[in-house]
Amino acid sequence: MDNKELLEMQKIACKVRIWTIEGVFHAKSGHPGGSLSAADMITYLYFKEMNVDPQNPKDPDRDRFVLSKGHCCPALYAALALKGYFSTDEIKVLRHIGAMLQGHPDMKGTPGIDMSSGSLGQGVSAACGMALAAKLDNKNYRVYTMLGDGECEEGQVWEAAMFASHMKLDNLCMIVDFNGLQIDGHVNDVAGLEPLDKKFEGFGFEVLKIDGNNFDEIEHALNKAKTVKGKPTVILANTVKGKGISYMENQVGWHGKAPNADEYKVALEELNEQLKILEG
Amino acid sequence: MKIATRESFGLALCELAKTHPEIVVLDADLAAATKTEIFKKAYPDRFFDCGIAEGNMIGVAAGLAACGKVPFAASFAMFATGRAYEQIRNSVGYPHLNVKIAGSHAGITVGEDGATHQCCEDLALMRTIPGMVVLNPADHYEMTEAVKAALAYNGPVYIRLGRLAIDTFNDPDTYKFELGKGITLKDGDDVTVIATGLVVNEALKAVKALESKGINARLINMHTIKPIDKDIIIKAAKETGKIITVEEHNIIGGLGEAVCSVTAEYCPVPVKRIGIEDIYGHSGPALGLLAEFGLDAEGLEKRITEIVK
Repeated sequence: MDNKELLEMQKIACKVRIWTIEGVFHAKSGHPGGSLSAADMITYLYFKEMNVDPQNPKDPDRDRFVLSKGHCCPALYAALALKGYFSTDEIKVLRHIGAMLQGHPDMKGTPGIDMSSGSLGQGVSAACGMALAAKLDNKNYRVYTMLGDGECEEGQVWEAAMFASHMKLDNLCMIVDFNGLQIDGHVNDVAGLEPLDKKFEGFGFEVLKIDGNNFDEIEHALNKAKTVKGKPTVILANTVKGKGISYMENQVGWHGKAPNADEYKVALEELNEQLKILEG
Repeated sequence: MKIATRESFGLALCELAKTHPEIVVLDADLAAATKTEIFKKAYPDRFFDCGIAEGNMIGVAAGLAACGKVPFAASFAMFATGRAYEQIRNSVGYPHLNVKIAGSHAGITVGEDGATHQCCEDLALMRTIPGMVVLNPADHYEMTEAVKAALAYNGPVYIRLGRLAIDTFNDPDTYKFELGKGITLKDGDDVTVIATGLVVNEALKAVKALESKGINARLINMHTIKPIDKDIIIKAAKETGKIITVEEHNIIGGLGEAVCSVTAEYCPVPVKRIGIEDIYGHSGPALGLLAEFGLDAEGLEKRITEIVK
């Protein structure tokens, strides 16, 4: 992408991070670390890659996105709000009683959410079903699903991977947000996940490895995925957990807790500074 | 006519598929046993074997439903509702997706395969999921209509299927299935027997035999476990004063407790639950097990007599 477009993506991603922090702070709970690591990819999907229309969120021909790592919905909600699916006001009452935005994605109540998710491993299977439906109906929409690296410890991920490959779901693109950390520590200390690329290759996937916080690499991989025929693609995206906020980056402790008032202030100062630089 | 309800299910799917292109069928390597193979042969392009991976099968069904398909996902009751319970709860129940789950080989009449495959907990598991309809048809004609009703309902439905070939007893010319409405098969004032599924016909034989002993029992066929027919239960409680429930399921969590919930809240009367008394089954021929667990006509006649006296 050209510099102008790159700058635009970076600005939106920065705003997605700002609204992620707003949501988690006002909720006094939630999952900032994995939301921030995924923010660039979610931004690219909604603002460049996917054929979606916030005015027609149920369009049967739209591309679908299933956030299998549903706990990282603060970033998804931020992207959806910025895209125009609903007001950013909703984000300030995230997780509150009576709020539209639930702690994990709820397809019944939230425009733009294609699948309820949050119980790890399950979104990937639903994405397979959506991709299969497209094949059955001869439609050319694509299905994207994002899962966590820790989530790959769930057996269902591999049931789904076997199915996707067997059914030749080349309209399915899985994205692993490989930030290296899960609640109990480093993924390879908790459960030997590697070699993840070899595992997916063994399951019949086209495997692409990228820096998931780099828009050029994100674009290149998603474009490449569209050219792959006869098999599904998985993008193993190395990312930085907590990306964009100095004290959260690569810290396991920021998986699932909200910043306090002082930390919130620092986070917004850092992000607004980044945005200021981007806006020149 | 003797026919297993799993076979009736497969035939019903085929019939409905003719006019409902949105129907697709999933199985988990048990198509020959669940009888979805009948559909598979007729509609190979709309049948998907997911392999021995029930959790994924339910998730795939959810995704298909989210895109407008009406998936029927089948496996043994044990694996469909037990193994994949949480997938059903979170990927199907919570978003209230239009997925139909069929659990075959339910109860002890699985027979020789033994306890690991004899699911006596499926009704209990499925009852706890908000918005889930739970159906347990008693013969071929009822299953045929139940599958139609499941299709007509926009939301998740669990249908229990049996392995054992059983006699039909409903009259196809007059039979009417209404979701959530029990059917009075025999009137009576002394006691009400409420039965469900495969043992309804056994209960019917038992209450008929009891007439000659001077016991005039009412018999209700409760094909829908959820939503349970409150009205028919309250009426029976008021008019007969005591209720006996009969199910090929653990007495915990199934029909018996569903009936008790209604009587306790609206019209307290003594209720005796006949079923699997919180134990595991074991290997043996289906009919032999039914007799051993006291769920055949003879056993039920004896138990009902004891309870009434």
